[in-house]
Amino acid sequence: MTDATPSECSREAVIEFRHVNFTISNRQLLNDVSFTVGLGETLVLLGRSGAGKTTALKMINRLLVPNSGEVLVEGRGTLEWDPIALRRKIGYVIQDIGLFPHYTVTQNIALVPRLERWPAERVQTRVREMFDLVGLHGKTFEHRYPHQLSGGQRQRVGVARALAADPDILLMDEAFGALDPMTRGEMQNEFKALERNINKTVVIVTHDVGEALVLGTRIGLMDAGKIAQIYSPHDFVRTTDSLVAGYVAQLRVYEEAKEEK
Amino acid sequence: MNPIQFFLRHQREILQATGEHIWLVGLTMLFAIAIGVPLGILVTRRPWLSKPILGGANIAETIPSLALFGFLLPLPWLGGRADRLAIAALTLYALLPIIRNTSAGIAGVDRAVREAARGMGMTDRQILFQVELPLSFSTMLAGIRIATVLTIGIATIAAAVGAGGLGEFIFRGLAMVNNQLILAGAIPAALLALAADFVLGVLERRLRPVR
Repeated sequence: MTDATPSECSREAVIEFRHVNFTISNRQLLNDVSFTVGLGETLVLLGRSGAGKTTALKMINRLLVPNSGEVLVEGRGTLEWDPIALRRKIGYVIQDIGLFPHYTVTQNIALVPRLERWPAERVQTRVREMFDLVGLHGKTFEHRYPHQLSGGQRQRVGVARALAADPDILLMDEAFGALDPMTRGEMQNEFKALERNINKTVVIVTHDVGEALVLGTRIGLMDAGKIAQIYSPHDFVRTTDSLVAGYVAQLRVYEEAKEEK
Repeated sequence: MNPIQFFLRHQREILQATGEHIWLVGLTMLFAIAIGVPLGILVTRRPWLSKPILGGANIAETIPSLALFGFLLPLPWLGGRADRLAIAALTLYALLPIIRNTSAGIAGVDRAVREAARGMGMTDRQILFQVELPLSFSTMLAGIRIATVLTIGIATIAAAVGAGGLGEFIFRGLAMVNNQLILAGAIPAALLALAADFVLGVLERRLRPVR
């Protein structure tokens, strides 16, 4: 017998979905979704377009709220949180990045610290740290505007902006999806290294199996608004589940093609 | 007497009328911006208000200007002074482009930018003042530019109710069948419109957000 109290359990789970349903204009986007993400874990939600991955992600920072069931962040339902306070402690990176075109790179990165009214010096120091963290040369980029950057550089700034206020949780929605395959691979590798250093609870949405295997400590396969099961990357490539097999086969195609050559 | 001699001889009157004209248009634009921009923002926040507000402004736009001056004449406070009456009527005309461009500018802000702003934990007010308004400034200014040029033209008709301005010359010239008098009102009005268009156009281009 363990004498763990429920509150200790929920402290361990940073994010928890409890029987979450979400329906919009008669389409059920989430169907009884339950899972937890523990401290420091990286959960990847993998699935086709329309499987409900992004919907689930947006529940965590309360851009959406469930029709029934609840989403808990650090043990509190998202509806109990002040949405602004909740979002400021959660980093958010989306595929289209959404850098502010009228802000310089520095101003973009400093956004949340500034909203949180950090003293100016601390913001400056933090921005410099962020440039280093995402591998951008600060002196070169600080005064540039987003339209003067390449896609990969913009995505780095997006990650830097999301991490600037040192959030406990990071959400990434197809963050590398719009990049060319070479840049995407580089970014994934760099992010993996970065992940080890920052020790954050991360939820990643992707349809790229490779990305799921590289970045995830656990992989949740979503299909038609449900999460079938959550696997470790190790189990994911070995399971006989037919849905997963489809994704794994996708990887084998490359492997076989490589061997043939 | 050729037109140039005529202009030189009546220099002072023409300058005075031009001054009145600028004053009428200036005050009109101040009111129209003060009313139109908040209405344009409101339309983006409460979509169900879009039909009544834009519809109302549209209808105001279709009333012939001379008739609108006539309609407002019997109103107690407005009808009492010609300049108040003129400014009220001109403001009604100037509203539509300002409301429409303000709401179009805000609606045109990239969805990803707005979603990122919300996801980062910006409040609605912060999103409006720090993201949406700065990014729609040039579109708003384009509306103000259209409204200004429009108002400079319509303001000549304000002379019909005795509000002064360059329309005085035009109406007098029409009554006296004197082309030079008509031109003494029409040419400065046209130059004013061109100048306003040019200056606001430059400003608009400078404020256009880079993509």
